[in-house]
Amino acid sequence: MLILKCPYCGVDAEETELTAGGEAHLKRFGPGSSDDEFHDYLFARENPKGVHFERWRHSNGCGKWFHAARCTATLEVFGTYSAQVTEPPQEIRDAISAKRPGWTWREFS
Amino acid sequence: MSEPISALNHASFDGIARIEECGLQGMITLRGDLSDKVVIKAVKDATGQKMPGQREAFVDGETGVCWMSPDELLVLVPYAEVEAKLAAMQDALSGVHALAVNVSDARAVFRVSGPTAREVLGKVAPVDFSSDAFQPGQIRRTRLAQVAGAFWMDDEETFRVVCFRSVADYVFKLLKVAAQPGSEVGYF
Repeated sequence: MLILKCPYCGVDAEETELTAGGEAHLKRFGPGSSDDEFHDYLFARENPKGVHFERWRHSNGCGKWFHAARCTATLEVFGTYSAQVTEPPQEIRDAISAKRPGWTWREFS
Repeated sequence: MSEPISALNHASFDGIARIEECGLQGMITLRGDLSDKVVIKAVKDATGQKMPGQREAFVDGETGVCWMSPDELLVLVPYAEVEAKLAAMQDALSGVHALAVNVSDARAVFRVSGPTAREVLGKVAPVDFSSDAFQPGQIRRTRLAQVAGAFWMDDEETFRVVCFRSVADYVFKLLKVAAQPGSEVGYF
């Protein structure tokens, strides 16, 4: 069972209290972008074995969206953080580096 | 004007804990910047309580205030006073970006009381109910089996459970099953 700490209400919420919201930190390509960029924005996802960043919603709780960094292979959670950011904060990156040296994910490392 | 009646009209059940529907309860949803002095004062004027911090609930009988999320409060007032309190609150909040709405008739409230109340709730919600983790003065929004709900404690052996009115019958039956005679777990 995946347990994520909601950064807004501070609850250690288990998976059944949450709704998965797909991959985090997608950069939107809308009107004016090329077909390839728009295609990748819509369909290309990371699907890694290892470090992954996701969006979650505390739907049966405070109702807020937040980000989570976790390992898809071990279900280890490196941390959760605010939804109001466009990239993982430094303390989350440090926490991942401590456990998975040399990790990369999209343009982040 | 027709007589307002609560979802289950004071239905009750006695098992390992007593389950009862509390009847009509005035509730106001207040959204806004909870650190704003005007909002803090509006809450104080309506309930006499100070602004709750994260997951705090200051409730005394039918009056109180509960923290629902970083920008949402549940303000409890007696049902008969809700219109007057809401009007006063909306008047006080007219100058700030905030929203206050009467949601009294959209909800149902239950009381679960008895020495095994923690066990009964523990069967239906994915929450740590040990007395170290959950105490009077706290509120927890979560799910009750398949529907959203929230609860706080009036005292060490009494929970007040809030859910949507449309699922009141489901929640009542759920709590009845969880409180069936002979179903003590003896954990807490």
